[in-house]
This record gives sequence, C-alpha cells and structure tokens, in this order.
Amino acid sequence: MVLIAGMRKFYLLFFLGVFSLPLFSFAVSTGSADTTAHGETAEEEFNAGVMIIDHIVDSYEWHIATLGHTHVSIPLPVILIDGGKLHLFSSSKFHHGHDAYKGFKIETAKGGNKGKIVKVVPGTMTTDSQAGMPVDLSITKNVVGVFVSFIVLLLVFFSVARSYKRTAGHAPKGLQSLLEPLILFVRDEIAKPSIGKHYERFMPFLLTIFFFIFFTNLIGLIPLFPGGANVTGNIAVTMVLALFTFFMTSFSANKSYWLHIFNTPGVPWWLKFPIPLFPIIEITGAVVKPFVLMIRLFANITAGHIIVLGFISLIFVFAKISPALGYGVSVVSVFFAIFISLLELLVAFIQAYVFTLLSALYFGMATEEHAHADGHH
Amino acid sequence: MELVNPGIGLIFWMALSFGLLLFILGKFVWPPIMRALHEREKNIELALHEAEKAREEMKLLMFTNEQMMLEAKNERDKLIGEARKIRESLIEEARLKAGEEASRMIENARERIHFEKMAAITELKNQIANLSIEIAEKVIRRELSEPSRQEEIVRESLSDINLN
Repeated sequence: MVLIAGMRKFYLLFFLGVFSLPLFSFAVSTGSADTTAHGETAEEEFNAGVMIIDHIVDSYEWHIATLGHTHVSIPLPVILIDGGKLHLFSSSKFHHGHDAYKGFKIETAKGGNKGKIVKVVPGTMTTDSQAGMPVDLSITKNVVGVFVSFIVLLLVFFSVARSYKRTAGHAPKGLQSLLEPLILFVRDEIAKPSIGKHYERFMPFLLTIFFFIFFTNLIGLIPLFPGGANVTGNIAVTMVLALFTFFMTSFSANKSYWLHIFNTPGVPWWLKFPIPLFPIIEITGAVVKPFVLMIRLFANITAGHIIVLGFISLIFVFAKISPALGYGVSVVSVFFAIFISLLELLVAFIQAYVFTLLSALYFGMATEEHAHADGHH
Repeated sequence: MELVNPGIGLIFWMALSFGLLLFILGKFVWPPIMRALHEREKNIELALHEAEKAREEMKLLMFTNEQMMLEAKNERDKLIGEARKIRESLIEEARLKAGEEASRMIENARERIHFEKMAAITELKNQIANLSIEIAEKVIRRELSEPSRQEEIVRESLSDINLN
C-alpha cells in the first residue's frame, strides 16, 4: 500500500509538472511578448529563437512569471572577483539587464559574452572592451538548480539509508522500495557487467552520478519555481560531470591501461616512434570519451526543452498572423508539447542510464586486467 | 551566457556541489545501503539453500520411512506365513497322534475283550465242567440204581455238551 501511495504521489507530481509546463510557458511567453511591447526597442516583437534561448541558458535572476508589465522574478546574488576585489550584490541592481552597477553590466550585444557580466566604461552602458572579464562566481539560476538537486538528493537518500537501517533484513518500504530497483539496476545492469570484479569501488560514484542526473533531469521538467532550470542541459554542468568521470578513470587506471595508451602492445614500433602516432590516437580517445559524455547529455536535455518551447512558440507565431489561427494551433501545440514532455520523462532516465553506463565502461577499461597483453587488439 | 559557453561560476559551484554530494553520499548513504542489500541477498540465498536442504532431507526421511514400512510389512507377512505353517504342522501332528492313540486304545480294547472273552470261556468251561461233574454225580447217584437209565443219561449229557 505504501508503495502504491508513493508511486501515486510520484505520478501526480509528474503529471502536474507535465500539464503545467505548457501553461507556464504560455504565461512566460506572453510575458516576454508584453515586455517587448513596453520595452524601448520596438524591433523585439516576438522572436521565438530569442525566447527559447533565454529560457534554456543560465540567468542571474529566476524569472517566474510576468503579470501585465511586472516581472515576477527572484533576484539571485552576484559574486564577482575583479582585480583581487570581491563584489557581492543582488542581481536586481541590474534591473533585468537594463542598468549597470558598480561598473558591471550584463552583456546584451551578440557575441561570445552575451548574457555574461562584463565591465563597462565608467558612467556609461558601453562595454569596456579593453578591461578583462571579472571572475564570475555568481549564484545563477542553474547554480540554484544544482543546489536544489543537491538538497533533494540528500533528503531522499538519507531517508532511504535510514529505512535500510531500520528495516534491516526485511522487505523495503515506501520511498525505499521505489528507489531500490534503481539502485539494484545501477549495480546489476550497469556496474557488474561493465566493470567486473572491482565494481564495488565505483558504486558510490556511479550511484551518485546516476541519481544526480536522473533527479536533475526530472526536476528540470517541472516548470514550477524550484524546478524548471535547464541544469543538465547546461554545458558547464555536464562538463563537470564528464570531468569527474575522466579523473575517476585516470586515477583508478592500472598499469596496463597506461601501457595501452603510451605503448600499445601488438602495434608495429614505427607507429609509435619517431612520430608517436598511436599514443596520440589513444590520448585523443581518452579525452574524447568524456567530451562525448558532456555533449550527449547537454544536447539531449537541451533539445527536449527546445522542442517543447518550440511547440509553444508556434502558438504565438501563428497568433501574429491571426488570433483565431493562434487558438487553433494552440490545441495541436499543447498536445505535442505534452507528448514531448512525456517523452522527456523517458529521456531523463535514458540519459542518466547512458551516462552512468559509459562511465562504468570506461572504469571497466581502466581497471581491466590483461592476462595476455598483446592478445587484445 | 550563450549555449555552449560554460560559465566559470557554474563550473565552480557545480564541481563543489557535486564533489560534496559525492563525499557525503559516498560516506554516509551508499555504504549502509549497499551493505543492507548485500546482507539481505545473502540471507535470502541462505534461506533458499536451507529450504532446499530441508526438502532433500525430508525426501530422504520419507524414503527411509517407506523402506522401513515395507520391511515391516515383509516381516509381518513372513511371520504370519510361518505361524500358519506351524499351526498346520501342529494340527497335523495332533491329528496323527490322536489317530495313533485311538488305534492304540482300540487295540487295547480289542485285546482286553479278547482276554475277557477267553477268561469267560475258561470260566464257562470250568462251570460246565463243574456242572458236568454235578450232573454226573446226580446221574450217577440216581441212575446207578438203574443201569439202562444210567446209560441214557450219559448219552443225553454228552449230546448236551456237544451242543456247546
């Protein structure tokens, strides 16, 4: 019964999330349309591309809704280190990017730094192209998203660990029975077949990375405040995850792994000397592996968000032609947005699985023991 | 912040958060969970193994029981058979003995009868002899007076004897 109730709550949460996603985006999109209407630059009518990118990239404030002409958003702290000095202030000082503060502003011009904090020529709003970039350690929307996942994971898994201690030797209960299949899945379907006998060493890492990605993906699908940040669809986040895998692989690698990289057995010597062709290929391989991990997760999650936002944008694109057409299209758009959101639930799991599985495979390669070193290639 | 331009702040906070998460979960959460799972699996395996063993023992026990029952039945059958045989032989023997006894008794009786008969005959003969003597005495006493009569009497007596 507890399990069923738990599952029901879980599904309810999902459905709430899925159904309110298009509604929420609707509100937000109307908001951006309104903003542009009262904004000083009339050229920004409704640009689907800009709207979508604004929703999936990081931001210094957490935009919740726009009611009429007021932006409802949570300002987040800005932390900058510039020339050895620490600047700490609220992002509300930038007035949604319209103002500069303490000689800093959010870059609005197109280019590599768009959306980042840059220095301005004192007293103006023009970017100081001579000055370097400040070290930006701000608590942005995605950082808050990471913290949310962090807290959720801690709460959930401390509770689960406590259940394991309490019901030692008995059948799992409640949240524990919901997560146990996943824990066993990571252990029996990912770690054991990919790594082999050393699998236990990597279990904490694999479980943490699996549940971090899975939970963060799911939270990213909930469009209400603590969720909805495109955390796993941010390249910095996936880069850190991939780097963890890379360092874990490198530090746990045994002698034969390094031997395979620098002096691959079973390869003619002239491929390694004087031009170290093979070592170069092998090192590239070792670097490409985490790089691919990074890109795959980032691209998949971002793509899901873009498609959902794209369907919602269709309503406004058509509404510009004729309001009736907009209402007509909205039925189809909302249906497709829901469909994609459901698909994203699947993707949330699959991407967590793939990332964990590939990490496990790399660990497996790094700790594999070659009984006969040259029979491998 | 454009799509593929990672922010240094996010990298920093993410690395810090994830590292901390890895440390906390790796130290306080995963080990007890993995241990509990492992222990439970071991217990289940043990229980299954024991059940299997118990079943095997049960089977053996049942087999032995059956064997014992079979043996007991055979033993009983054998005992009953032997008892029957003994009974039959006893009856037979008793019958033989009884027959013998009977024939022996009959023989005895017959001998005795014969003996009695002989004794009776002897006594009869003696009595006859006595009677004869008495008769003879009487005859002699009476008939001696009259010789013709004497003769007649002797003749009659003799014929009487002959009849015997």
